[in-house]
Amino acid sequence: MSPDTIDQIFVITKHWLLGYVPVGLVPIASAILSVVPVLLAFPLLFAITTVLERKGLGRIQNRYGPNRVGPAGFLQPMADGIKSLTKEDIIPRDADHLVHLLAPIVMVLAAFLAYAVLPIGRNMVITDLNAGVLFFFAIGSMVELAVFMAGWSSRSKYSLLGAMRAVAQMISYEVPLVLASIVIIMASGSLSTVGIVEAQTGFTFGLPHWYVFTPWGFAGFILFMIAATAESNRSPFDLPEGESEIIAGYYIEYSGFKFALFFLGEYLGMFATSGMAITLFLGGWGAPFSFLTWVPSYVWFFVKLLVLICCFIWVRGTLPRLRMDQLMGLAWKFMLPMTLLNLITAGIWHFMPAGILRWIVGTAMVVVPFLLTSRTLKQGKSLQVRTYRYAE
Amino acid sequence: MTLVFLILAALTIAGTAAAMGLRNPIHCILALTVGLVGLATLYLELGAQFVGFTQVLVYVGAVAILAVFAIMMTQGGKMDVERRPLPKMSALLAGGSVAGAVFAVFAWAILAAPLGQSTSAQPAASVAEIGQALMHKFVLPLEIMALLLTAALIGAVILAMPQERDK
Repeated sequence: MSPDTIDQIFVITKHWLLGYVPVGLVPIASAILSVVPVLLAFPLLFAITTVLERKGLGRIQNRYGPNRVGPAGFLQPMADGIKSLTKEDIIPRDADHLVHLLAPIVMVLAAFLAYAVLPIGRNMVITDLNAGVLFFFAIGSMVELAVFMAGWSSRSKYSLLGAMRAVAQMISYEVPLVLASIVIIMASGSLSTVGIVEAQTGFTFGLPHWYVFTPWGFAGFILFMIAATAESNRSPFDLPEGESEIIAGYYIEYSGFKFALFFLGEYLGMFATSGMAITLFLGGWGAPFSFLTWVPSYVWFFVKLLVLICCFIWVRGTLPRLRMDQLMGLAWKFMLPMTLLNLITAGIWHFMPAGILRWIVGTAMVVVPFLLTSRTLKQGKSLQVRTYRYAE
Repeated sequence: MTLVFLILAALTIAGTAAAMGLRNPIHCILALTVGLVGLATLYLELGAQFVGFTQVLVYVGAVAILAVFAIMMTQGGKMDVERRPLPKMSALLAGGSVAGAVFAVFAWAILAAPLGQSTSAQPAASVAEIGQALMHKFVLPLEIMALLLTAALIGAVILAMPQERDK
């Protein structure tokens, strides 16, 4: 088989299967054949990620992590899944039963809908929407409603506090998230995810034309990833589920499979935002070097996704949790000005002639504001290693 | 009228009707959200992707959350809402007349509109065309709106700032 056939194997299989379907049912069958692989692949990735995360965190914290179930502990997700399915589903007596039931469903639904516009490989996207990026962010805002529904319907103070924290955090970080991705829309002139990936194809000296390899693209990528970490409520932005303060945040009162659904929804949201970062900044399914283009496109997508997931795990194992005022200060005093300046940088880059001068101006416009903003924010704060009086 | 339109219209009407009929204010907001999402899907069915997604982004992501917070921060956050007494006759009359007037204006506008009579091709409201229109023909209204919103944002920050004289 030629590399092109292997690259398009899923597309060819789909068309081959559609040949056996009656003409009237082709639209529905086509939709089902596109959706089912996504519904299978990403929950499987979720299962793998939970093991990777627990083992990775274990190594970072100088312990083993799960290593009992299956070879090297890699069947742990099966055990966890069976456990959560067989556990008792406890609903608080005073909870709002309908909303309590709907919240995890809305959460998972919104997380899955976001995959509709992610190009997983060449010609492999469920729908190529004209306004795909807008659809992605619109669906992302539905997660906030699900979080609020969970926190409010449980009728517990901790749940409500967690939901308030989560919603405030997600609204604050949605602004830099969207602003950081606008530079890509400016540069590529397209709101369609497929169009954005196509704008990044091609190589110069064997290196790809990814947007991350420009000064504004690099700054945008870093800002996008910080905002994405906060959007998915992961450490160091996991205040909504800070164990030491509010136990588990908005899903304290959930048990059994509903809790597993929240867990799934959170990870699916993280994968979707990482997938969006890959689409916007890392060239989607494109190969990183021109001599590696024979590797199938979907392999590149999942390799990049796994690399980003490992970065998430690394950050989680390394950084301490932020305080609420630090969280809001970072969003509004640092991220927002940096993303706004990045828009101007991208505009200037677009109108300057290609050459070394463009690189100097672009890099200066990213580095100088970064240094100035961070120095100004650091003023008046004495940062030093904390000394413990009682715990040594 | 296709089957899809009927389903979406029924969803929208059911959501908004529930928003008016339910007793708990938070339930009302959630039902209203269903209605707003239904409206967005109706836009999508008409081929207006940009309007549909903006509807979800603004109304579900921002307005619904804002309304929910506003209700919770004020008195409506209580889970048990005692049965409201029936409204007075005068209130019913006033409300009914306002609703009737609004309905009459809309009905008149829809009946007067040249529906189904246009022979020209359906205008495709693509994202690019909306952007062109906003940046060329309607750039002044856009800038005025931006200024107004920035002023509102600064006003909100000033309102939320800790007041010095309270110390």
